[in-house]
Amino acid sequence: MHINIEKVSHQYETKQGMLPVLKDLSLSIKRKGFTAIVGPSGCGKSTITRLVSGLIKPTQGSIFISNKKITSPLSTVGMAFQNPVLLEWRNVIKNIILPLEIVSKNMTYNQKRSNALDLLKLVGLEEFENNLPSELSGGMKQRVSLCRSLVHSPEVLILDEPFAALDAFTKEDLWDVMHKLKKERDFTCILITHDLREAVYLADQVIVLSGRPASLQYDVKTNFNEEKKLSDLYSSEVSQLLATLRNQIEIAQNKND
Amino acid sequence: MIRINNFIIPLFSLIIFCLLWELLVWYNNWPNYKMASPSDLWPAFWKFKHLFLIYGWETFWRTVVGLILSVLVGLSLGILMGFSKTIRIGLYPILVGFNAIPKATVVPVIALIFVGMHNMNTIIIVILISFFPICVSISIGLSTLEREYEDILLSLGANKFEIFYKIALPKTLPEFFGALKVSTTLAFIGTNLMEIIEPHGKGLGHLFDSGKISADYPLMFAVLITLAVMGIFLYYIVVYLENIFAGWAIRK
Repeated sequence: MHINIEKVSHQYETKQGMLPVLKDLSLSIKRKGFTAIVGPSGCGKSTITRLVSGLIKPTQGSIFISNKKITSPLSTVGMAFQNPVLLEWRNVIKNIILPLEIVSKNMTYNQKRSNALDLLKLVGLEEFENNLPSELSGGMKQRVSLCRSLVHSPEVLILDEPFAALDAFTKEDLWDVMHKLKKERDFTCILITHDLREAVYLADQVIVLSGRPASLQYDVKTNFNEEKKLSDLYSSEVSQLLATLRNQIEIAQNKND
Repeated sequence: MIRINNFIIPLFSLIIFCLLWELLVWYNNWPNYKMASPSDLWPAFWKFKHLFLIYGWETFWRTVVGLILSVLVGLSLGILMGFSKTIRIGLYPILVGFNAIPKATVVPVIALIFVGMHNMNTIIIVILISFFPICVSISIGLSTLEREYEDILLSLGANKFEIFYKIALPKTLPEFFGALKVSTTLAFIGTNLMEIIEPHGKGLGHLFDSGKISADYPLMFAVLITLAVMGIFLYYIVVYLENIFAGWAIRK
């Protein structure tokens, strides 16, 4: 499913009047693509996730998924956030099947469970099926959250800084988990992040947004390797790319001032 | 082992409390009309054991019924206030005002409205005194649900009702049980207010009143202790239910 964002402007109502966050933003994400969106803090990145998932409607412009205009939430979308928002009273497996309880109401529990188990195996947590979230580490919780966002086989996965709160090594582990998930379950993915290495490592397209109100500032392909490895991040080609992106972020920040 | 400790430790602290109490009375050489000692209580209790059974049961069942109804009232109002900001803003002043009125002054009013219907009067006072903590905790729990929790279901096209019973309600349960513990102890105050202020010859409140009239101070103390024991009993029932329904929130 390809995603087209066409001339989208959005503003929020605040006590100080209208606050424009997006201005004439146009971008397209190809089918099965993996696009990372980076930009200065508070520039409206999370607004994009809420717009694409249909949770809010843009003030102006439209968003299309496979040429269909989004007007309300779609069950073909999965979401994961920085906060894993697991339901603490449900064990791991029951947390993962939550979306199925909404979108596949007539699926039997065993079917739901086996769908969830397939994903749990992919992220390497099959032994923790019956644990409560409070018994898991931060990285494990985020793995469970990823499984939940994919259990209903969405065609679009929206990730809003899911790895931001994790330590560096856990983060790298999860990047590889993400590669694995992307390979096994082919979906179109939008990743919001502050981490340029993460953007470059995971995505095949990186978009830099300008400062608020955000519009498209820079768009780059990052297919530096067929199969990306962590060691690639230290190659001169990638260093060059990271430097360019870093520079673009600085430009965006200045505009914000 | 943990289970035994949970029983032994409170029992032990209770025994120490009674010993200190006994010692205090003995040391100051207080007569029992100034303060009865634990050793005075058992004879008083034994002398009126039939009355304690009958009146104790009357107080107990009315408290429990009142408490169950106040849970229903508190839950319904809390849910309404949790979901609708308009209702929340509209109801808060009325509820706070209601709660600020001393319940002792409401007792005669209720007693006059429903003359002679003593059971109902008592239960109404229990509801009035105990619904408030439940109502407030539920409304705060529901209105402060983090946006992401709603988003994970809303983005799948779930309706408000699904979000409520799959996420909002279970997530609020720990707060609910916290409030229920407060309400449980308040409920006994409600029952006894009615029983003492409007004497209908029912319940432990009446027995307390009789003790006062006949200057039987150990009896009055025995009634108070019985109420405390019933309160503790009901409290642990709530703890038991909390373990079943919201055990996930309790740190092991």
